[in-house]
Amino acid sequence: MSSDEIDYGRRRMLIAATTAMGGVGAAYVATPFILSMHPSARAQAAGAPVEVDISKLEPGQLLTVEWRGKPVWILRRDEEMLENSRSLEPLLRDPNSDELTQQPAYAKNEHRSINPEYMVMIGICTHLGCAPTFRPEVAPEDLGPEWKGGFFCPCHGSSYDLAGRVYAGVPAPTNLVVPPYHFTLSTRLVIGIDPEAA
Amino acid sequence: MSNRLSDRMLSLRDWVDARFPLMHLWEDHLTKYYAPKNLNFWYYFGSLAMLVLVIQVVTGIFLTMNYKPTAETAFASVEYIMRDVNWGWLIRYLHSTGASFFFIVVYLHMFRALLYGSYRGPRELLWVIGMGLFVVLMAEAFMGYLLPWGQMSFWGAQVIISLFGAIPYIGEDLALWIRGDYVVADATLNRFFAFHVIAAPLVLIGLVVLHIVALHSVGSNNPDGIEIKKNKGPNGVPVDGIPFHPYYTVKDMVGVAGFLFVFAAVVFYAPEMGGYALEKDNFTPADPLKTPEHIAPVWYFTPFYAILRAVPDKFIGVLAMGAAIAVLFLLPWLDRSPVKSIRQRGMVFKTALTIFVVSFISLAYLGTVAATPIATLFSRIFSALYFAFFLLMPIYSRWDKTKPVPERVTSK
Amino acid sequence: MRYLIFVIALLGLPQAGFAAGGSNVHLDKVDIDLKDRESLRNGAKLFVDYCLNCHAAALMRYSRIGQDLGMSEEELTVELLTAGGKIGDTMDVVMEPKEAAEWFGTAPPDLSVLARVRGADWLYTYLRAFYRDESRPWGVNNAVFKDVAMPHALWELQGLQEAKVEKHVDADGHERETITGFTLVEPGSLSPEAYDTAMRDLVNFMVYLSEPSKLQRLELGKWVLAFLFVFSILAYMLKKEFWKDIH
Repeated sequence: MSSDEIDYGRRRMLIAATTAMGGVGAAYVATPFILSMHPSARAQAAGAPVEVDISKLEPGQLLTVEWRGKPVWILRRDEEMLENSRSLEPLLRDPNSDELTQQPAYAKNEHRSINPEYMVMIGICTHLGCAPTFRPEVAPEDLGPEWKGGFFCPCHGSSYDLAGRVYAGVPAPTNLVVPPYHFTLSTRLVIGIDPEAA
Repeated sequence: MSNRLSDRMLSLRDWVDARFPLMHLWEDHLTKYYAPKNLNFWYYFGSLAMLVLVIQVVTGIFLTMNYKPTAETAFASVEYIMRDVNWGWLIRYLHSTGASFFFIVVYLHMFRALLYGSYRGPRELLWVIGMGLFVVLMAEAFMGYLLPWGQMSFWGAQVIISLFGAIPYIGEDLALWIRGDYVVADATLNRFFAFHVIAAPLVLIGLVVLHIVALHSVGSNNPDGIEIKKNKGPNGVPVDGIPFHPYYTVKDMVGVAGFLFVFAAVVFYAPEMGGYALEKDNFTPADPLKTPEHIAPVWYFTPFYAILRAVPDKFIGVLAMGAAIAVLFLLPWLDRSPVKSIRQRGMVFKTALTIFVVSFISLAYLGTVAATPIATLFSRIFSALYFAFFLLMPIYSRWDKTKPVPERVTSK
Repeated sequence: MRYLIFVIALLGLPQAGFAAGGSNVHLDKVDIDLKDRESLRNGAKLFVDYCLNCHAAALMRYSRIGQDLGMSEEELTVELLTAGGKIGDTMDVVMEPKEAAEWFGTAPPDLSVLARVRGADWLYTYLRAFYRDESRPWGVNNAVFKDVAMPHALWELQGLQEAKVEKHVDADGHERETITGFTLVEPGSLSPEAYDTAMRDLVNFMVYLSEPSKLQRLELGKWVLAFLFVFSILAYMLKKEFWKDIH
């Protein structure tokens, strides 16, 4: 073993090349395993867009449908409800829906919906994922005289108005999420697809 | 800059070393573990068996995420993995092909031990632990084969579990207890799943650790059958030994690359291995009322299955099959030759080993075909030769003319 | 090198002799081409129109067919989802399984992986081997699958044929009948050649159906092997370099 003859440069080069190629190979091997944990074709099929008929929805009534395993609320608001919401704006954290990830661009408006009458949103509290309760009544005993109808989360006391806008000073950080949806007829809507994509 | 970094790495290493024998382990098992410098092709299969174990454990974990171990859902969940799960087909084929390659690698590894007498003293325990690994591996593979819940899974399990029924007095109750039902059923599938994914792999990994500890304590044998530790230089290092790292790590990497090439060729181009790894009938869901026309176990069990079928009596057949495996444990004490390696053995042993290999492969083939009278006759002949190789070994290994063991290992 | 040959020889053991049907009928070879999308699409349509009424392929989704055969959602809806349903649905059967079992005497098997059990040639021959046999409940028998419970679902296309039977005495002195061919007695809507082509398309689709990932598998395999080949060379050069130390 005469170490004088060892070509260290070549040795280093070969080690680097083998390590690099082995690393690339390992990354390629890891990829299918990581991707296998994404939703499968079955989960995707189950999460397909949902079509809802809202012709029988009365003013002031709330309809809950399931989309991707989550509750989606469709609330038909009357003029009084819209007016109440408007009057609450000083008490809200994000009245203008400036938090852009919480609703599609076409629902970033005063009433957070395509049609002012129909509010569509995901019924999961943005705090820690509980399901808020629908409290449309004005000034009930437990919620106090300021309450003008909205959603109240029993888990940690977060509250939202009827457009799903969060009150200031509650644990929930943002407004309720508005899912992508569009109307196929004036009384039929599809949850899961944006209007321009349909 | 880079000096600063390497200094930091060194001080981190020293910090760990003061609390954990890191360098000690590194040196004992890699840089100062001296392996004979003349290890050849046959010595790849030990590290390759480790590689396949890792492949099986990793793919197995990911299969478990989507597999459903009930009689109602098992078959469909396997096809769900093959179709709906992203890349599920690849993970499943890696696992099913891996099972067959595990046995290919292990059989070649065992054959290496026969060639060079690696089971001889001081490596008797190393061999016995290895045989323990082989038995657990067979159990692991057998239970895993039930999980796809196809016709071959079901009837293969039904037949093999019925073998326990051959044991006098307790047999029937034992078979019933293993199944947890009157036939192979949901309960059987569920418990086999538990054993396959938890119990057997734990034992397997434990035995692998023991196997390596034993190996690194006695040192590797080599094709010349020389104990390199008996000839140490002034520095206390065997004169025919070289550090495992880097010499054998880089060499094993060549083996790994070559192995993966063959393995990938099968996974991507012949995952069914011509019906040997994934049997056609296993694509029909298990049906307890309809036996397929031809049941054969997976190829790696067929030598032992052929021995079972060669015996006309049920209980003795089961005994013979058990004995065919048990006799392997005794190998270190059956061989009475003064030398270890085939290189110094005479014609008698070489002939005996050739006959044994031919018998083993023939039995493997005979175990896959229908039991026609001619096939049964050949099964009997080869079974007899299989046992003769072991049972007559104390006699012929002593008779054999041997060459003297050389002083130093020979390279090439 | 000789070790390598040994390993290869070990892998190349004679093909397993697991007989599938048990019958010794000669099987016609069918040319399977999973890259022939036209054929696969035609096969899919035949499959939906003629097989799916009684059989399910419940492990397969329509959306996957669209993805693999390059069909848009609209094409899928028009061509394959003729009985309604959603793109993401599995190919379920129209008929109730229990009802079907009463109807045919045995529940029609799920066809998702059938091609992997029977093989393409068997299916191709089977679909073309129905012949008139008044003794059977549906008035037809099959030369490949004797006394099959299935009626000739494709008779509109093929028409009806009669078997040419040859009698002979076998070695043990028993009289045996073998079917040597067929004569078309009632023509169907397709000519015999067109029917064969249609059945080739149908079998092609069923082979695809039994393992939809096969195309990806074969495509990816080349790259994996090329990568490993280069890596082997590199690993070998590294080994050679280090082993220069050993004399």
